[in-house]
Formats: sequence, structure tokens, C-alpha cells
Amino acid sequence: MVATTETINQVKTTTDKYKYGFSTEIEVDKAPKGLNEDIIRFISQKKDEPKWMLDWRLEAFKKWKRMEKPNWAKVSFPDIDFQDIYYYAAPKAKKKLNSLDEVDPELLKTYEKLGIPLNEQKMLAGVAVDAVFDSVSVATTFREKLSEVGVIFCPISEAIKNHPDLVKKYIGSVVPVTDNYYTALNSAVFTDGSFVYIPNGVKCPMELSTYFRINEKNTGQFERTLIVVEDEGYVSYLEGCTAPQRDENQLHAAVVELVAMNKSQIKYSTVQNWYPGDEQGKGGIYNFVTKRGKCLGENSKISWTQVETGSSITWKYPSCILMGDNSIGEFYSVAITNNAQQADTGTKMIHIGKNTKSTIISKGISAGKSQNTYRGQVQIQKGAYNARNFTQCDSLLIGDTCSAHTVPYINQHVSNAKVEHEATTSKISEDQLFYCMQRGLDAEQATSMIVNGFCKEVMKELPMEFAVEAQKLIGISLEGSVG
Amino acid sequence: MAILEIKNAELSIDNKKILKGLSLNVNEGETHAIMGPNGSGKSTLSYMLAGRDGYELDNGSITFDNIDLTPLSPDERSNLGLFLAFQYPVELPGVSSTNFLREIFNSRKKYLGENELSHLDFIKFLRKVAEDLSIKDEMLKRYVNFGFSGGEKKRFEILQMALLNPKISVLDETDSGLDVDALKIVSEGVNNLKDKKNAVVVITHYQRLLDYIKPDIVHIMSDGKIIKSGDADLALYIEKNGYSEILNEKS
Ligand SMILES: Nc1ncnc2c1ncn2[C@@H]1O[C@H](COP(=O)(O)OP(=O)(O)O)[C@@H](O)[C@H]1O
Ligand SMILES: [Mg+2]
Repeated sequence: MVATTETINQVKTTTDKYKYGFSTEIEVDKAPKGLNEDIIRFISQKKDEPKWMLDWRLEAFKKWKRMEKPNWAKVSFPDIDFQDIYYYAAPKAKKKLNSLDEVDPELLKTYEKLGIPLNEQKMLAGVAVDAVFDSVSVATTFREKLSEVGVIFCPISEAIKNHPDLVKKYIGSVVPVTDNYYTALNSAVFTDGSFVYIPNGVKCPMELSTYFRINEKNTGQFERTLIVVEDEGYVSYLEGCTAPQRDENQLHAAVVELVAMNKSQIKYSTVQNWYPGDEQGKGGIYNFVTKRGKCLGENSKISWTQVETGSSITWKYPSCILMGDNSIGEFYSVAITNNAQQADTGTKMIHIGKNTKSTIISKGISAGKSQNTYRGQVQIQKGAYNARNFTQCDSLLIGDTCSAHTVPYINQHVSNAKVEHEATTSKISEDQLFYCMQRGLDAEQATSMIVNGFCKEVMKELPMEFAVEAQKLIGISLEGSVG
Repeated sequence: MAILEIKNAELSIDNKKILKGLSLNVNEGETHAIMGPNGSGKSTLSYMLAGRDGYELDNGSITFDNIDLTPLSPDERSNLGLFLAFQYPVELPGVSSTNFLREIFNSRKKYLGENELSHLDFIKFLRKVAEDLSIKDEMLKRYVNFGFSGGEKKRFEILQMALLNPKISVLDETDSGLDVDALKIVSEGVNNLKDKKNAVVVITHYQRLLDYIKPDIVHIMSDGKIIKSGDADLALYIEKNGYSEILNEKS
């Protein structure tokens, strides 16, 4: 179809031009390539860290050297040479542009398709923002509002200096240093990330996503995020951005740790749209993330919601350890793969406390030559009386050259626990496409509509302001996949 | 003026000939009825018109406002003003009816170069149109055709027709599964949309629909062809005597 070829070309030019759009950097303060103790000392010193933090990093490095790369995920990629990576680079100042006229029009088109407001487009593209929308002052207002109620929200490097007791107590308490190869690596070399602390009884007065929207976030290669919510506290945190993101670092290995105390609640949402590479996947980001939440307190709740559309390779299993009695873990996921993308994602729900409940809703959409694997584990440990899990895992295939896999692991050590697993795989139906197109929607609009319907249960968990953008993002991710 | 001209249409599915040289002309302002036994190819004809994948012509031609339809995709045909009310409307789980309707409505407006309606204005407009078809707000909150009763599905088709305001509408057995009250509502909906510039083709088994939607011309279709055409009385005749006599007379 004519329209489709056009779109493919358009997407091509868009992706080609990302390189251009994002590579305008000025000055870089880099440590030499490679990884050894000196590099770690250099990082720690640059960050002005206390000794305990340096020791922790060095210990992690020692352990990492003895570990093996995991190879069980259903993804394949060339061997990574860990000595060929820069582990420290000071934040790069982007060249400030004077107006949107100077921004790559293809990039603007993508922003427009996503429905990103004009001022935010400017922010994302690095255009100086006008007085009406002064991001610095808005960010300051937000910061004041947060500190009024005692919420701590700052870069992790700041927290290490200003709130050492909190960081010391919780860092590595949910994701042990040696959990896997990449967590050990991250522990040794992390440089960016956020720290959130919600005190007793405080409901965070705004979505921390709102904050990110106006405060350009520097996503690092080895991010480290730690969120602690005390009794009866609540926070909703959104990571990432629907706008396409490029990064010269191919490997990303983040660690996110959440701790929820009695009756507290953490809602963690992610929209991931890293550069997926060209049609062959070349140049795309490898995203190896370890995210885990611990429901330490009774009646606590942790929800993960993720919309994964980017990256060349995604390897990611946000998990919940349900220790407190009556605690609840939720995982809502949409993972879309197109072209040569590979995604191996899922969750682990570890039931330890009594009456713990978990819900897993996973929607995988594969198009092109992509591979999409759901890997989920539900573990009901001894003592987790009356634990409940419900898993629903649906895959949707677009075309004949992609594939979807579902790999559930269930370990149950309690007789009165209840674990339910439902899985479906369907192809996008000709009937549905034809029906929508008969009403005047083109193949891509129709596909986007059907796929969004398929993802409905997950999308409704996203914070309102992002749901609409995420919906459009799904359409954009699938461009060129039908016709 | 002719809106639709089908000449000698031949079409096969899985190497089986289904349409065997069918011709039909529909002019502005006209209402046509196509009647015929099960399996005679009526739905196939409607899919062929709408441009469904796998329903391409082997021979013959179709034009719409003198534009050759054959190379056009279903959405392009829809944009020209061709509407098909499906015999079996398709369920779209997770797609809210209201959103779907707004999407197709605005997409049509965009094609016509008219202003799209804001969310609120659209809702107001939709409410009014839906009310005329006795469609409750509650139904519009559900997913498209998902769990709709037979009658609800058919009314939802006519609701879409009303929103898109097509030049020619093909209604494939829109009367089946409707009780008398629903039949009246649906027919009224169709009649209200009818004007001198557009046309309707109703495909039906039963004469009873034609009491409400009065056809100018009635065609009898059998084995992939139109074998007889006449005025509204032809439908009455079929109702009384069945198809067999006409079929026999043909063979
Ligand atoms: N997808 C299909 N594959 C094979 N045969 C089909 C298909 N659709 C319709 N047919 C056949 O085509 C003929 C006409 O069917 P149809 O157009 O549905 O008739 P009608 O609507 O008049 O009842 C029937 O013999 C039917 O079995
Ligand atoms: Mg039929």
C-alpha cells in the first residue's frame, strides 16, 4: 500500500535523524575507558562520596569480577566488552537552541504525534523555555511543596551525602549486590538516579512524574533508584518518557529498589522508549534492568506498570517480595516489539507473608521480525497461607515473522494457596482490521486502535496525563508493521 | 446520476466462483433491495464492494462516482462515502465505543476537510444521534460490539452510518435478529438519513423490512448473479411464492 511505504520512509528518516538531533554536545568530562578499582575510586571521588559508599562499590566490583554473564534470557546479542565502555562521563550540556525552528522537523513531528504540549517539546528538544513556562521556577515550586510535607526527593548522589543513614540502611536491601551480573556491575559504578523518601503518614502531594515532566532528567547508563515509603505513606512515581530517547551508551543497566512499610503504597510506572536501532536493530540500546520492590510492612502494596516500546534488547523483570501479611503486589505490562527488537520481560512475585495477593497482567505485542518473551515466576513460600495469585498473559502477533513466548514458573509450597494462570496468543484479526478500515481508518490507525484495546487493562493503570501519550506511542511503535 | 456501477463482476474464493457476472447500477436518490437465498453471494458482494482482502475481482469492473474502485483500499473506499453495515459486526475488545465513534467521525471530518469536533461537542452530538436510535449512554461506554445483543449490534451499525453520513450504504441483513420495535427504529434511522443525493442498498431475506424501507428497485440474486429486477411488488411476490418459481423460470 502506498500509504505504508510512505510511513516506513518517514520513520526511517526520523530514526536516521535522531542521531543528528541528539548528538549536539559540547564538552565531555570522561574517565578513561575500562573498569578497574581506580575508575571506581575516580567515580566515588567525583561524586564526593563518603568512604562507606566507596567501600561498598569496591566490594561489589570484587564480586562482579567473579560472576558470569546470565545467558538464560531468550535474547541474543554480540558479546559486550566491558573494558570498552566509559564508566564515568560528567553530564553533557546540550547545546541550547533559540526556538523550535532550529529543531529537526521530523523530531517535532513525532512530538506532535504524541501530543506533547509545546512548552514540553521545547524542553525535550533543548530549546530555551520562555518566561511563561520557566522550568526552573516551576521545579523550585515543586521542590518546596515536597519539602513542606517532609518528602525527600533528590538525586541519589545527593542523598548519599545528605541522608547517609537512610541510604546505608536500604541500598542493596531489596536487590542484593550479587543478585545478578548487572546488579553487581551497577553497584560498582552507578552514577545517576533518584532517591525518594516518604515519611510516616504522608501522601506525596503530587505525582513525581509531574516533576520529571518539567525538570529535564538525565538518564544515566547505570542508574540507581531507591524509594522508601514509611507507614501509611503513598507515592506515585513515573520513570521515563514517551518521547524517543537516544543515548550513545549502548548498555543500560539500572537498579531500582522499592521499600514499602505498613499500609503504605508505591505505584511505579515506566514508559520506556529508548532508541530501538535500525530495522536490523543496529545501534539500539541494550536495556538490562533489575527492579524489585519489597512489601516489608503489613497491608502494604506495590504496583509496577510498564509500557515498553523501545530498546534493541530489553531484559527486565520488575518483581515484588511480599513479606508483610496481607501485602499486595501488582504487575501490569505492555511490551511491544517491532523490526528486530527483542524483549524478555516479566515479573517475579515472591509470597512470604500470610494472605498475600499478587496480580500479573502482561500484554505482549510482536511485529516485524521481533521476539517477545514473557517470563514470570510465582513463588508461594512456606508460611504464605492463603496466598493468591492471578496471572493473565496475552500475546498478540502482527504478521508472520515475529514470535511470542510465555514462560511461567510456579513454585507452590502451601496447600491452601491459589495460583491461577491464563495465557492466550492471538493474531491481529483480519476481521477487526477490515471492520475498522471500512469505517475510514487507515491500516495503521486501525492497528493502533485494536492494539490499544488489547492493552486496555494495563493502560488504565497509567497516570492520567501519560495514558493518552502512551496510547499514541503504541501506534507510533507499530508504524510500518501493517499493510 | 450513477453513484455505483458494477459491470459483470466475477469473483472466486478458494478457486470457487462465487460471483458469476453480476451487474448493478445505483443512482443518486435510489433505494435498492437485494433478495436471494442463503449462499447466493450477497455478503460476498458487499465485501467485494468494500474492498476486503481476498475479495478482488477476477473480471468486471466497479466504479463509484466514475472512480475505479478496484485499486482502492477499504479505508479509501470508505472515505469516498461507501458504508457497509455488516451482517456480523465485529467485536473490538478494549476499544470503547465512544472513542471508536469519535475516531471514525473525526477521521471522516478530516478527510472532508471539515473541522473535527472537540471531545465535548462530539459527545453532545453523539448523544443526540444515539438517542434517535434508542441507544443508551451505557451502551456507548462498553467496548465496540463486545457483548452486544444481536439487536444492539445492528443499531450500532446504523449509528455509525449516521455519523459518517455516507453517499451509499450497503446494509447486509440489518433486519435479522431485530424484533418489530427495533426494526422500526432502525428503519426510521435509515429513512431519516436518506436524501436525493445518496443511495441505500438493503440486503435482506424478508419482505418485512421493505414495509419500512421502501425500495425503488428490487433485485433477486441467485448463484452469484442478479437474475431478476423489478419494483417493490417483486418483493411481495417472493414473500408469497418463495424463490423457487423465479429460479425455475430462469433455469
Ligand atoms: N471465506 C469464504 N471461504 C470460502 N467460501 C466462502 C467464504 N465466504 C463465503 N463463501 C461461500 O460463498 C458463497 C456465498 O456466500 P455469501 O456471500 O455469504 O452468501 P449470502 O450472503 O448470500 O448468504 C457460499 O457458498 C459460501 O459458502
Ligand atoms: Mg450473507
